[in-house]
Amino acid sequence: MMKNITKSFPGVTALKGVSFNIRRGEVHAIVGENGAGKSTLMKILSGVYQPTSGEFFLDGRKVSFKDPKEAQLSGISIIHQEFSLIPYLNSVENIYLGREIRKANGLLDKKKMREKAEETLKRLNADFDLNKPIAHLSVANQQFIEIAKAISIDTKVLIFDEPTASLTGNEINNLFKLIETLKADGVTIIYISHHLDEIIHICDRLTVLRDGEYVDTKDVAKCTKQEIVKMMVGREIINVFPERPSHHQFRNEIRLQVKKITNSNVSDISFDLKKGEILGVAGLVGSGRTEMVRALVGADPAEEKEVYINGEKATIKNPTDALSHGICLIPESRKTQGLILDMSIKKNISLPILNELSNRLKIINRKRENNIVNKSIKDLLIKTPSSMQKAKNLSGGNQQKVVLAKWINTDSNILIFDEPTRGIDIGAKEEIYRLMRDLADDGISIIMISSELPEVLGMSDRVLVMYKGRVQAMLDGKEATQEKVMHYATGGVNQ
Amino acid sequence: MNGLTMKRNYKEMFKTPEMLTLIGFFVLCIIFSVVSEEFLSLTNVSNIIRQVSINGILAVGMTFVILTGGIDLSVGSVMALTGTIMAGMMINVGLPPFAAVLVGIILGAVIGYINGAFTAYARIPAIIVTLAMMEIARGAALLYTGGYPLSGLPASYSFIGQGYLFGVIPMPAVIMIIVFVVAYIILNHLPLGRYIYAIGGNEEAVRLSGIKVKRIKASVYLISGITAGIAGAIMSSRLSSGQPMAGEGYELDAIAAVVLGGTSIAGGRGHIFGTLLGALLLGVLSNGLNLLGVSPYVQRVLKGAIIIGAIYYSSIRQKD
Repeated sequence: MMKNITKSFPGVTALKGVSFNIRRGEVHAIVGENGAGKSTLMKILSGVYQPTSGEFFLDGRKVSFKDPKEAQLSGISIIHQEFSLIPYLNSVENIYLGREIRKANGLLDKKKMREKAEETLKRLNADFDLNKPIAHLSVANQQFIEIAKAISIDTKVLIFDEPTASLTGNEINNLFKLIETLKADGVTIIYISHHLDEIIHICDRLTVLRDGEYVDTKDVAKCTKQEIVKMMVGREIINVFPERPSHHQFRNEIRLQVKKITNSNVSDISFDLKKGEILGVAGLVGSGRTEMVRALVGADPAEEKEVYINGEKATIKNPTDALSHGICLIPESRKTQGLILDMSIKKNISLPILNELSNRLKIINRKRENNIVNKSIKDLLIKTPSSMQKAKNLSGGNQQKVVLAKWINTDSNILIFDEPTRGIDIGAKEEIYRLMRDLADDGISIIMISSELPEVLGMSDRVLVMYKGRVQAMLDGKEATQEKVMHYATGGVNQ
Repeated sequence: MNGLTMKRNYKEMFKTPEMLTLIGFFVLCIIFSVVSEEFLSLTNVSNIIRQVSINGILAVGMTFVILTGGIDLSVGSVMALTGTIMAGMMINVGLPPFAAVLVGIILGAVIGYINGAFTAYARIPAIIVTLAMMEIARGAALLYTGGYPLSGLPASYSFIGQGYLFGVIPMPAVIMIIVFVVAYIILNHLPLGRYIYAIGGNEEAVRLSGIKVKRIKASVYLISGITAGIAGAIMSSRLSSGQPMAGEGYELDAIAAVVLGGTSIAGGRGHIFGTLLGALLLGVLSNGLNLLGVSPYVQRVLKGAIIIGAIYYSSIRQKD
């Protein structure tokens, strides 16, 4: 069905010549690590992106879609993780959004839409109040409405993107029953999930992608979990990482202790962080890594949280408190959370330390500001004609360095990096790795969240693996392997 | 910087909204001075400056608010309320002018802070909070005065609005210049100013930088309340009375001055002296049209059209 699909974005090739078949009426899983290309592939199938090259065939006919609407009309629909429902419209209105049935006089034919919606839901063996606004339905029922919406446009191929991410055990079983019903009706299902148990339970065949390339397609019945994990991670690690010091001068000084962080996204997170240590945090998308650190620094509320710094209890209600305790979060998205794009490099770097740069009258000392900023530009090798350059005009790697400079100058001794090298080139990556290791050698403690396994393995003194908002395992950096980390990240328990 | 980028920067500069405003200002001045003999007379020029002062001062506070991405619709009413309270303090309570003005400005600050608190802490959209405050302040001014102007102010008070420094510079202009200079220092040399620009640029990044965003967002409305209070003092002194209906529609003039001055209505970008330029342009425009006998109704239509044009221009520029 798919032939040589390639998708390039500026700077990266997300998919490289992927070809495979999906049979009619099967449940076909697509698996792979973060960044393997699953989402990109599905976005191409559902018309969100257009492939750079390659073609695909539906029932033997060549098809191409300009937008999701065309894909839907050809019979391919996708159920996204984030539902595309309008919260204050009811179920019927949502199902028929954008293709309302009208009476001859142009007014909405509410009765007919309602009857048809009821019919569809009956087909799905679902039964609930169609008059309620969507916002008042449970997540599982909202998902039902999404599926009903797709089914009511005569869908032949239905793509599920992480459908169980926010469902409870019982709801998952209901979803599986529904998938069986759809399958019996002849609908082809493409099922994307990080949870291998689910895949083994519900899918007929699976296709593995890795780094944008096709690896293999197998009958699910014929492979074990270990084999699947191996196919997902089996790549060589190119060594671009600075050497880990063999002996740790600070090894046993615990700097940060976190106990029982719990909120709507994570539960019962406890760990400690040593002086001069790099603690890697691994986990698949949606495992709650970012949510955990945001709760830690008070960027998001926590229902329960105890934090001890150097053995003393610290109250952290917001990022300001965190900073005053020497903890800072270097956020995931430099463009939306890290930088003020319209401001100069200089003003971005000095933002958190302006108070320290001001005299008693609160006037900013421009000379000191320039000195600090110029030193950062030099130390971090930020490539720019001047410190007055606007942040938005820099390359990704240099933007990331500006964000790092901003935080390093705060003299915090606990730095939390969320995806520090996302979307930057290998040269800049190496420089950032070197910088992180130097900071750690100076006694600064680092928490590094990363979706790139080689990065986690190459940098971390210890690795914390998360799964479904919990700490699944804490591994020693030297003993951790890709297989081990992936085993825990997909919900495995002690081997 | 090499010659080429310098050249490009010059070109860029001529495309900025404030540069267009500057050119517009001079073009209007030339046209009006040709078609009207009075335009460049000393009386008329000092008239323009006095007219510009009140709007200019209100526009300074408005610049702070708009830079954070907010809006303050209450400034005209707050100006009227503080003006009548000042008059009342002098006439009914017998406070000396200095103390009365101080009371009025503090009142302006308190009202501004209430605006800010509801906007920043209770997260109600600024347009709603300040629209409601516009009504409350106007109602309070009418209530306080019973709907009539409060007159009988001490003669010394008229200095603020009608006096001249060194016999030539109108006092309102002097006060306006002081307000602009103070604003310039805050926006360009104090951490607060940096934070104000930064919040307009990317609020989340500022919050994650450990800066108390809500407090700063509240403070810009407080500043706008203070400038409304200062404008209230000038207004009541100029009219030698506390007028409860003064300043109707002034919020729009202030917003127009800010936008014409090149400040982005979405926040984060702009310059305080651009605002001065915007206020000057509006002042000259209305004065010139009055001299030519153009109907005030036509002027209102024109003013509205200019505001839309300025915002449209800056929004298409932002997309490049």
